[in-house]
Amino acid sequence: MSEQIELSVNGRRVTVAAGSSVAVAMMIGGASCRTSVSGEPRGPLCGMGICYECRAEIDGVAHRRSCQIACMSRMAIKTDG
Amino acid sequence: MSAGKYDVVIVGAGIVGAACALECAREKMRVAVVDHDVIGGGATAAGMGHIVAMDDSDAQFALTRFSQQLWQQARAELPDDVEYTQCGTIWVATDDEEMAEVHRKASYYEHRGVPVQILTAEELERLEPNLRKGMAGGLLVSEDGVLYPPCAARFLVEKAQALGAIVQLGAPVSEIGNGRVRRADGSELWAGVIVNAAGAWAPELTRDISVKKRKGHLVITDRYPGLVQHQLVELGYLKSAHSVTSDSVAFNVQPRRTGQVLIGSSRQYGAEHKEVDHEILTRMLQRAQEYMPSLAQTCAIRVWTGFRAATPDKLPLIGPWGEDSTLYLATGHEGLGITTSLATGRLLADQLVGRASMIPREPYLPSRTTTMEHAHV
Repeated sequence: MSEQIELSVNGRRVTVAAGSSVAVAMMIGGASCRTSVSGEPRGPLCGMGICYECRAEIDGVAHRRSCQIACMSRMAIKTDG
Repeated sequence: MSAGKYDVVIVGAGIVGAACALECAREKMRVAVVDHDVIGGGATAAGMGHIVAMDDSDAQFALTRFSQQLWQQARAELPDDVEYTQCGTIWVATDDEEMAEVHRKASYYEHRGVPVQILTAEELERLEPNLRKGMAGGLLVSEDGVLYPPCAARFLVEKAQALGAIVQLGAPVSEIGNGRVRRADGSELWAGVIVNAAGAWAPELTRDISVKKRKGHLVITDRYPGLVQHQLVELGYLKSAHSVTSDSVAFNVQPRRTGQVLIGSSRQYGAEHKEVDHEILTRMLQRAQEYMPSLAQTCAIRVWTGFRAATPDKLPLIGPWGEDSTLYLATGHEGLGITTSLATGRLLADQLVGRASMIPREPYLPSRTTTMEHAHV
């Protein structure tokens, strides 16, 4: 079994396999991703950093592309979805 | 007025031309506005949109403050998309020398009735916690504001249209003078007065005027509500003013109503192409990050450029020009055209109807630039 990492998504503790992207942690944590300016729900679409639909706040920095960032222990992830 | 279809034809539908059109329409003149492109597509779209009182000279102060008050009076009728916000400007001082300038500036403004507040280092940090630690303090000019210039220009044009003004877009002008505006397609408009409000392109139509293009870059970020609360400007340009290069950058950021942060500024003479210049863009962003390190973690979503219409004495050209009694200028506003557009429209209309103005208009008369050049010979 691969190494497990603990982090938080909207304050909830989530455990993921090492190497998982933050987008995966958000899905495991059951958090909807983000809401567009016009109020539509958005989520990871391209999975390769192009579409910017997977943005979330990571450790206090807004608009990070969650599909391009690997989970780290004790990361604090916040979504506005 | 001599015979012609229009009393006034304004060449240029930027914010200055728009304000001139509105003021002339208010005087019941028959007005036409022509532009090669869209409303507010030139320097207006590349301006940060500050509505500020500035003190480079007494004449600059008089014009910017008068115009700022006109914007304040217009505030109630500005549509929401103009995004007029009285966020205030903070002039940021990094050391004691710049703090001395804060005190000088404060006294200048106070003597002229502009509310200001000198900020200690602690007060500055409380108001703008994302500025670098260890600043010396600052000066808050609370009546300064920002707006979104293209929508402001469109609003002014629409008001002029409601008063009967005609607007013709997408029509490049090839020649103006002696009551005639000739367009590239060969068509002509006739008017008693032609106003060259073509911004940095004004010299292409009126060749002998002292207006040069001064290129600028702007960057806008994604939405980071609260990152910046006031318009922030460095005082440091005082020290770099004697720099040998003509290209310069300065820290200037604004909070936009969307939560985005607008980042400026750069100034370049002799740059004719509108492409982004990565070297000066890098310098501009480095300067911004020196003042506000957390900007390094923000996402920029757009970079663009534009051309200010610069004059030798940093004052606009508002009034008649040369031997041609039909030709007037309303250009040369450099980086202050959004602020000074409304006052420009007033001063121009006052001249056309032969009425006294609220402020002396001599400092802005284009004829001053001919004496200036002789003085340098």
